[in-house]
Amino acid sequence: MSMSQSESRAAERNRDLSLLVAVSLAVLGAALTWLYFIALSAGAAPRLADLAYERLPGTGVSNPVTAVLLNYRAYDTLMELAVLLAALLGIWSLGPAAPGFQRSGAVLAGMVSWVVPLLIVTGGYLLWVGGYAPGGAFQAGALLGAAGVIVRLAGDPRAGLPGEGAQRWLLVLGVLVFTLVGLGLMAFGAGFLTYPPKFAKWLILLIEMAATVAIGVALAAAYVGGRPPGPEAQPTAEDEDALTAAETPTPDPTPALRPQP
Amino acid sequence: MTQPVFWALVGMALVVMGLYALIVHAHLLRKVLALNVMSSGVFLVFIGLARRAPGEDAPLAADPVPQAMVLTGIVVAVAATGLALALIVRQRALTGRTTLNDDVGR
Repeated sequence: MSMSQSESRAAERNRDLSLLVAVSLAVLGAALTWLYFIALSAGAAPRLADLAYERLPGTGVSNPVTAVLLNYRAYDTLMELAVLLAALLGIWSLGPAAPGFQRSGAVLAGMVSWVVPLLIVTGGYLLWVGGYAPGGAFQAGALLGAAGVIVRLAGDPRAGLPGEGAQRWLLVLGVLVFTLVGLGLMAFGAGFLTYPPKFAKWLILLIEMAATVAIGVALAAAYVGGRPPGPEAQPTAEDEDALTAAETPTPDPTPALRPQP
Repeated sequence: MTQPVFWALVGMALVVMGLYALIVHAHLLRKVLALNVMSSGVFLVFIGLARRAPGEDAPLAADPVPQAMVLTGIVVAVAATGLALALIVRQRALTGRTTLNDDVGR
């Protein structure tokens, strides 16, 4: 009885605390809103946008967001790729991944064999279009990562990725190419990641291609949720046969698989 | 109320609501969800500010700098969420609990 009493008292105290938190956060929200309106009524300060648009012709791309990401603030994007890599290293350090889901049935496998190539093609399109319209490496990488998620949900324990050794190379590809381009530019007398306008477009495209692969692999590997399953977890020949059989739509299944009338 | 101001207000409401859930709920998955709601709120504030016109002459020239920062932020938030979820799974596998070992409710 004393147990239940202390429990109910604790619940009561928790409720009081929640109320207190709610009230103080409401005050905080009101203060933030007030600050925001003060900032708004002070009028627009000089923004970076005008400078960004003014320098756009020399950046090699005509999409201002891509110019900010890959040219003006390229350091930021390099560090962001490093953050993604660090997060994945953290996930891998926690141990092996859980086993995958069971092999998908014919309907899901058929859908996967349509959707995944479509996602990859769309990713490539977004990567290219990022130079002059909304799109770019991160959007393309997100689509590749989504393709990996779908493949894992359909039963591949490694989300369609290669073995761990190859995954490591693909993961560091973004940071590696980014850094090498920067160092190469330094060697030729420009600053670190200061592209000469003549080559800017192609250097940015090179970095974005590497970044797309790295982001896609990192997102898919993060979804796997641990170190990739080792060689013993690789699909056996039978599994591969089943996978290819499931991936290629067979219009005429073997009579044994047909429901018997 | 202009559109940018509206989105900024929605964003601030999301931040406050997410902060409330982050403090009140003990379950780690709820905390991660709350953090994601908070970051969505921050992104909305940024995007709202990006639409803020410098003057009446260029009404809708969006500022690409906050947009690019939001793009960066989304990727970092996704990476952090993935790591947090992996940590939660590991915590549950090791201790069987999905809360932190503190004295809430004792």
